[in-house]
Amino acid sequence: MKSGAAALLLAAGFAGSAAADTIKVGVIAPFSGPFAQAGKNFKAGVEAYVATHGDTVAGHKVEFVYRDLDGPDPGKAKSVAQDLIIKEKVQYLGGVYLTPSAFAIAPMLEEANVPLVVFNAATSSITQKSPLIVRTSFTLWQTTVPLAKQAAKDGKKKIIIAVTDYGPGTDAEAAFRKTFEAAGGQIVESIKMPLATTDFGPYLQRAKDSGAEALFAFLPSGAPTVGFVKAYAESGLKEKGVALISTGDLTEEAGLPAIGDAALGMRTSFHYSVAHDSALNRAFVAAASKAIGNADELSFPAVAAYDGVYVITKMIEATGGKQDAKKAVQAVLGMVWESPRGPVKIDPETRHVTQTIYLREVVKDGGKLINKELSSVPDQPDWGLAK
Amino acid sequence: MDTALGIGIDALAYGMILFTISIGLSVMMGLMRVVNLAHGAFAMVGGYLASYAIRQIGLPYGVAVPLAILATVVIALPLEVLLFRRIYGGAEPLKQVLMTIGITFAVIGVMNAVFGPTIKPIPLPEALRGTVDLGFRTMAIHRLAVIGAGLAVALGLWLLIEKTAFGVRLRAAVDNPGMAAALGIRTERLYLATFALAVALAAFGGIAGAELMPIEPTYALKYMVTFLVVVSIGGAGSIGGALAAAIVVGLVDTAGRYLMPGLGTFFTYLAVILIVHLAPNGLLARTR
Repeated sequence: MKSGAAALLLAAGFAGSAAADTIKVGVIAPFSGPFAQAGKNFKAGVEAYVATHGDTVAGHKVEFVYRDLDGPDPGKAKSVAQDLIIKEKVQYLGGVYLTPSAFAIAPMLEEANVPLVVFNAATSSITQKSPLIVRTSFTLWQTTVPLAKQAAKDGKKKIIIAVTDYGPGTDAEAAFRKTFEAAGGQIVESIKMPLATTDFGPYLQRAKDSGAEALFAFLPSGAPTVGFVKAYAESGLKEKGVALISTGDLTEEAGLPAIGDAALGMRTSFHYSVAHDSALNRAFVAAASKAIGNADELSFPAVAAYDGVYVITKMIEATGGKQDAKKAVQAVLGMVWESPRGPVKIDPETRHVTQTIYLREVVKDGGKLINKELSSVPDQPDWGLAK
Repeated sequence: MDTALGIGIDALAYGMILFTISIGLSVMMGLMRVVNLAHGAFAMVGGYLASYAIRQIGLPYGVAVPLAILATVVIALPLEVLLFRRIYGGAEPLKQVLMTIGITFAVIGVMNAVFGPTIKPIPLPEALRGTVDLGFRTMAIHRLAVIGAGLAVALGLWLLIEKTAFGVRLRAAVDNPGMAAALGIRTERLYLATFALAVALAAFGGIAGAELMPIEPTYALKYMVTFLVVVSIGGAGSIGGALAAAIVVGLVDTAGRYLMPGLGTFFTYLAVILIVHLAPNGLLARTR
């Protein structure tokens, strides 16, 4: 028995030294430009994983190579990915914040024999663009459907929708409308706001005049959400009893200090809250806060990156360090594990993460605004692909 | 009726913020003939410094804001001496555009590196927080304060340029620098003072408008077109023109987005095209 274990260890040691000993993982993230906050979170997630699990997988050292991709530029996305695959010889790709970048990289994966684990880009159709794409973040269909169901359950009949006029906004609008109307509710109006909008007063005035009982909104996290929530608080809609409900993008932790007390009482649905109460999450938050430097900047892209690295390590274990993208992806289909956000699973059909969606409320906890989880809806797939 | 009044108030507040930030740009374009694309960058620096002074150092709002404005000017003055001075006069527009956009990118990079990419709130003092009931709608107090500040800036600038010795010299130096210098006006100093004033106004506007245009690293690029639109339809160098233009842009933008949200900013740009077509030099261009 004892000698058997020793032999096994020895064999593992040999296997480890026989295959090439550093496996490179390319991470594509926005480190500059308007989404730099997300890039920092990706990196914090990766570093938190390495800090808690070490950088050796099945005897192979794993090295992360970061590349900056600052905006939704498909041409640049392609050349960054090519650079990582050809010059850096990475075996795995991770990261990608925006949908257009994921679309641009998808066609080259099969030829390069490289899987891509998406840490954020949240348009449903991304995983359909290549069989080598796995996603550990969320989609707007996934986060919006439970919210729309809850709104119907709360007895809301008439709702007005306001979303930013681009891909994810369109997804959020479609998801809410379909679910809410199926539950017997009525969408009184749907407003698409241009990406560059700074003054939301007019839209909120319209919401006021529409006779809706609640306002469902989606805006990409960052400057616009801050302006929107503040304008809502000032519009008098709250006093009128017209609640603002949204996906968690509007109350993302990194933006909450800028919104301030105007966010208090807002109800949102999302897959992750920094305040999620579990030992695993507390350990993750501690490690990721250390990696990012300022705990206030920690937000949802970090947890997707952390889980994404875990998925990549499983791929490395399954292929014994050899470059075999198909086998790597095959190995993680149906994989179930406990993430800092709660129980998650890679859906074997869609290669997208199935997870619990939480309904939360913004409250003050020790002087700090947090997203406090009120209830949870387990096992939510990507409703955009589930049809 | 209430809706119309509501839109009107929103439009006025938005317009006044645009005015406060754009007027410094208008002054530089009209008087020194520099297309200063770095103007938004100065507004952003002011915002960052004010946020830092209040949140990190803990200074009260009333102290932090003037200090932030002053610090922005102190940071910008060497740029005037080393760079801007060479491009006054409007003879080389390409050089102006390339240099000032370069400064903008540099400022964006530095702000991102120093302060990080998150939005930097500028906490308002108790007196400016909350809302007041105007009878037909509620209105954030800070928006009313912004309207007041915009009007005060307009009046102050008009007095300065039209009624003081400084204004007389400035106008002389702008119209005929050679003759002004021959008469003993030290044009270099005059330009330096005007540059400082433009930067101070940008910083003030950036701070005052931060509730509507949050301070973050890409601020300088994001709102540049809007500021340029205000100056171009108002007429460079004209205070009244910038005021009128800011209110027109605020009104058209706000009403357009209320009435036909699906069309986005279509009406704003339609109005710009019409105005520039009818008055190529702007609504109230400075006559030379």
